[in-house]
Amino acid sequence: MSADWKGAIDCDVHPHVPNIDALKAHMNDYWRETVEVRGITAFESVAYPPNAPLTMRPDWRSDKDKGRKRADTDAGRTAAALMDRHGFAHSILNCLYAVQLIRDEHMAAAFCRAVNDWMRAEWLDRDPRYRASIVLPLQNPELAVEEIERCAADKRFVQVLALAMGEVPLGKSQFWPVWKAAEKHDLAIGIHAGSSYHHATTGSGWPSYYLEDYAAQSLGFHTQLGSFIAEGVFVKFPKLKLVLIESGVTWIGPYLWRLSKFWRGVRLEVPWIDRSPIEFVRDHVRLTIQPFDAPASGETVGRLMDQLQSDQMLLFASDFPHWQFDNDDMMPVGIDATLRKKILIDNPLATYARLGGSHAA
Amino acid sequence: MPLDDPMAPKITTENGKGSAAPNRLAVIDGDIHPAVRSMADLKPYMSKRWWDHYETYGMRRKHGSSNGEPYPKSAPLACRRDAWPEEGGRPGSSLRLMQEQHLDAYGIEAGILGPLGNTGQGEMNLELSAAMCSATNDWQRETFTRPEKRLKGGLVVPYEDAIAAAQEIERCGADTDFGQVFLLTRSAEPLGNRRYWPIYEAAERYGLPIGFHVFGTSGHPVSGAGWPSYYIEEGAGHSTSCQTVVTSLVIEGVFERFPKLKVVMIEGGFAWAPALAFRLDKVFERMRNEVPHLNRRPSEYIRDHVYFTTQPMEEPDDRRHVLDVMDWIGWDKLLFASDYPHWDFDDPFRAFPAGVTTEQHRRICAENGKAVFRLN
Repeated sequence: MSADWKGAIDCDVHPHVPNIDALKAHMNDYWRETVEVRGITAFESVAYPPNAPLTMRPDWRSDKDKGRKRADTDAGRTAAALMDRHGFAHSILNCLYAVQLIRDEHMAAAFCRAVNDWMRAEWLDRDPRYRASIVLPLQNPELAVEEIERCAADKRFVQVLALAMGEVPLGKSQFWPVWKAAEKHDLAIGIHAGSSYHHATTGSGWPSYYLEDYAAQSLGFHTQLGSFIAEGVFVKFPKLKLVLIESGVTWIGPYLWRLSKFWRGVRLEVPWIDRSPIEFVRDHVRLTIQPFDAPASGETVGRLMDQLQSDQMLLFASDFPHWQFDNDDMMPVGIDATLRKKILIDNPLATYARLGGSHAA
Repeated sequence: MPLDDPMAPKITTENGKGSAAPNRLAVIDGDIHPAVRSMADLKPYMSKRWWDHYETYGMRRKHGSSNGEPYPKSAPLACRRDAWPEEGGRPGSSLRLMQEQHLDAYGIEAGILGPLGNTGQGEMNLELSAAMCSATNDWQRETFTRPEKRLKGGLVVPYEDAIAAAQEIERCGADTDFGQVFLLTRSAEPLGNRRYWPIYEAAERYGLPIGFHVFGTSGHPVSGAGWPSYYIEEGAGHSTSCQTVVTSLVIEGVFERFPKLKVVMIEGGFAWAPALAFRLDKVFERMRNEVPHLNRRPSEYIRDHVYFTTQPMEEPDDRRHVLDVMDWIGWDKLLFASDYPHWDFDDPFRAFPAGVTTEQHRRICAENGKAVFRLN
């Protein structure tokens, strides 16, 4: 089966910071001492409880009997499970270490620098096929710009990374210097499922179950997409690409019908928006395909895909090590060969300018 | 749509009351908004203690505004410009105009009311909330449902105090003038949380569905992503608050505990529902051991218990897309609603895309409502 996936670009892979020492190695004396004196042991969020089924597929978990660490802490084992096994050209690393939870913007920036440098040393340098997203301290847009400028010279960074739920919707003008820096350096903007938990995860407060928390992540994507469009980010920065990662995909068509109807009715409020929201989305917004919220029916998937009215919007992703699929069933059923190739290769290449020409397809 | 529009239905008929179509449908409208002329309309229904309190301290809800809207609407009071009564007062406050302009003109046989504004819902002082909800129900009955039998009230309850809310259902629930219990989607906690269960217990006992209408002042932004800037974001975002309600009701096991309960999602659109059901089924399949109180897949509870009003109708460029969605939801679960007298009013004879068959249209506009609203 491996030929089926040859040359694919996997747009969502999660390297896991094994412990605080891994990051301390990439901190200056002040922050290393801070970590020690203040007894900081980790910043991990409730978004992926380590033992929850969704968090990791069983065969990628640690196994004491076999002397195996969890696969997502090891660049070699991850490469073996993905790029070696299937012949992917690249895997794009989105590290979910929860820097977004930190309230102190200086500490957030220090941890972002450490995470990004750790990814470089422990992942990018260990396998030339890896690419990565720059983790940003969006607690302070100026510090986020600094981090982009610090990392951008390394062309293996192809994207900047934010979470679906922060303090303020990401289209607002306070973030525009960040998006300006991303556009300047040909970096896509990736928004991944997850929360800073600075707000409750729903508009009606905190839900009781983890299952609800995960389901509610797509609601954050609704808000972010509406914000990018209504605030006019794509008018201001016409080269930007926005990638919605692990959002679930099938929510987007219905939301756009609703948003477009409101825009038609109330567009006097946002006169800079001169096109239907749907048109901005076709030009600027991409989604990764895991998870794909649909039943395993080719007919239903086909009708859902038709809602997108575009064959350019979907990007291949394994969402490794999250347990979104079994065996090698990484593609929704009912995708024909032409579209499949676009999803696997052409669309990622068109989205990530920094991949240009370097893939092995 | 103004009735003098050349495209509007002809309204001259034998009885002089008008009909929106030659083969007149007895339309059931799932969302009509009655309004007070001014707050003084509620005074006769409130004790001196609570009226004085209201006059002295006003309403205090979790959006900080005492007068005005943080997201100003698209039109004064978000109402149709032709719906302001000649005799003064707000749109929705004149039964005469509502009858002429809406009930008669469109052949509405049953209209379900949903009072909004200063009804007491979302008020932080829970005793004031309860007093004002009771006043709103009594006012609604005297002003609208007693004089006009085509109208059924929305029983407004102080839902943040579920015990008081259940008492209000006890007080009014036997009165057939009320066709549903009326809640708002943006509550302090997700509405499946067990703190709200006394409401569902009482509603189920009286055979009343729960109508969850968008809006409400939860104190939380529209999603966990923070407060957006614009009304179009807030307005489009109401569909996310509906998703929170449905998710919470299903996952908390409300439909396991109250198997006869039916709920109606009002004014949040409906096209989001299949994608949500797909998503919940998928996550449930992976982690059903977190919610062992559920015996069925989330989509099955939704299919059996949740109804959706159609306004504002989603309008994709390709109408087949919304027909697919209606198919997935089920033609028996969609209910026409006009949202009269608001600006984004839907006309029962023009809102639906070509491709909806006459029979499907009849079910949505005239049939399905009988299975969920308490109409007699």
